[in-house]
Amino acid sequence: MLPRIAVIALNTFREAIRNRVLYLLLIFAVAMISFAQILSLLTVGSEEKIIKDFGLASIDIFGVLTSVFIGIGLVSREIERRTVYTLLAKPIHRFEFVLGKFGGLTITLLVNTTVMALWFFLILALKGIFDPNLIVAVFLLYLQFLLITALAVLFSCLSSPILSSIMTLALYVIGHLLWSFDLLKAKIVSPAGRVLCDVLYYVLPNLGNFDIKGPVVHGLPIGPGVVGAALLYLLLYGSAVLAGACAIFQGKELQ
Amino acid sequence: MPVLELSDISKSYRTHLSIRKYWILRDLSFTVREGEIFGFIGPNGAGKTTTIKLALGLIFPDTGSVRIFGQDVSRVEVRRRVGFLPENPYLYDYLTGNEFLDFHARLFGMGASERRRRVEELLERVGLANRGTRQLRHYSKGMLQRIGLAQALINDPELVILDEPMSGLDPIGRREVRDIILDLKARGRTVFFSTHILADTEMICDRVGMLVRGSLKAVGTIDDLVARDVRFWEVAVRGLRDGRLPAGRVVSRRDDLVLVRVDSQDELKRVLSSLDGRGAALVSVTPARQSLEDLLIREVRGGPETGARPTPPEEARRAS
Repeated sequence: MLPRIAVIALNTFREAIRNRVLYLLLIFAVAMISFAQILSLLTVGSEEKIIKDFGLASIDIFGVLTSVFIGIGLVSREIERRTVYTLLAKPIHRFEFVLGKFGGLTITLLVNTTVMALWFFLILALKGIFDPNLIVAVFLLYLQFLLITALAVLFSCLSSPILSSIMTLALYVIGHLLWSFDLLKAKIVSPAGRVLCDVLYYVLPNLGNFDIKGPVVHGLPIGPGVVGAALLYLLLYGSAVLAGACAIFQGKELQ
Repeated sequence: MPVLELSDISKSYRTHLSIRKYWILRDLSFTVREGEIFGFIGPNGAGKTTTIKLALGLIFPDTGSVRIFGQDVSRVEVRRRVGFLPENPYLYDYLTGNEFLDFHARLFGMGASERRRRVEELLERVGLANRGTRQLRHYSKGMLQRIGLAQALINDPELVILDEPMSGLDPIGRREVRDIILDLKARGRTVFFSTHILADTEMICDRVGMLVRGSLKAVGTIDDLVARDVRFWEVAVRGLRDGRLPAGRVVSRRDDLVLVRVDSQDELKRVLSSLDGRGAALVSVTPARQSLEDLLIREVRGGPETGARPTPPEEARRAS
């Protein structure tokens, strides 16, 4: 007998894989990864680098788009279309609904990322390229998708689907530019401004923790503990975000 | 112990950027007793759906409390004993009928064989046998209402809450839903439902609550609420040559059919006896009683309703 969270998660996964948007995104991702091969012909000497760079970037972008559009669609739509009524009239805690939805998206993204990664590795294998660090890079991207999904679920509990999508995508962009707060801090004289920089640096999601594209593409060694740090960061930050989502949804009036 | 108990419930909302409160419900209190069919009636916007959402803990009251089987509605486990069909149910349209019911059965922790048996039984009961393999997006409105009703019954609930279960159904579908509600009562279940269709309410409800502009205007049995005495009769006569009768007021004439309203039993006797020997044929005598609809209209308009609907002929025959 499955726990209720798992029942909701499996149903969410079923919903996602019956959603055409998922397949559309996957087709685009596969096309982009394939396109890297053509693009690499235009450069001399750095063919491998281009394929790796473009492939990882494609997985990154389409994984994030899946997290945002499928993730927000699944939670907000459930509230907007009032399908949630029948569900929450059953003996289900609201946190079980939120976590079930997140769980379903986790499975969806796992399948999605695996398909993209397999295609990417196949393209590389045809060129005779194999780099185990690429597996680590894709795994870290998957962890990043989970964090983005947690944020998408949080925003879905807060606002409309469009606003949630915009906010999640904005955080994705900001999350990759957090290093700039350090630069900004060095240039700010006001102590209050420097504190604000620090606060934003620590409060906003630091997606740099999941990004090892640079060293992997250039064949540089990956620092020890990168995966552990990313996992720990996801666990702490992701748990806090999901706890926030559960707390908000707990008090939400389902009008 | 009441099955459902709402005590001093008030609920308001604010529009965006407005500090003014709009009251949807004011000091609402009523109970639903074990084994009864309780009809919750009222015009659009009266607050019926809001009351139901409060009763299920989907929204929260400003003041007051909701108890189901004596327990606060915020206790999730109490919902094990409850089934709910929302108004115009929006269901997971990507699932088939079988999958949809199976999913809800899983939420109650039912085993595989029990789920299979229950799904089959319910599809049969709501008239959707052999339709279980079709995705809900291909269901008609009436079919969605039926599958929605099936999911509400998946756990064999002791309390069934239905929000407008007859809306969107054709007369046959309405009759089937009515039969299901009566069957639930026969099995000792309690049914609480909101509706616009007052004829159904009069036919099947043990008690009725009438909500108007967020306030409960009346609660009780139909007989408590509506004076069942005949208020006047409508006499239809064919072939009345001179067109005059000793009493009553002619309401309409069509070809040789005359419809006359008489206000007392004495007048009725005089009218009927005057027909003998005049070649006139009595077509029907229809007693007009106050209906729930009259009462509702009176409450909505805030004054007494003068008109009463004649009881349909078949009901008049039954009454006599």
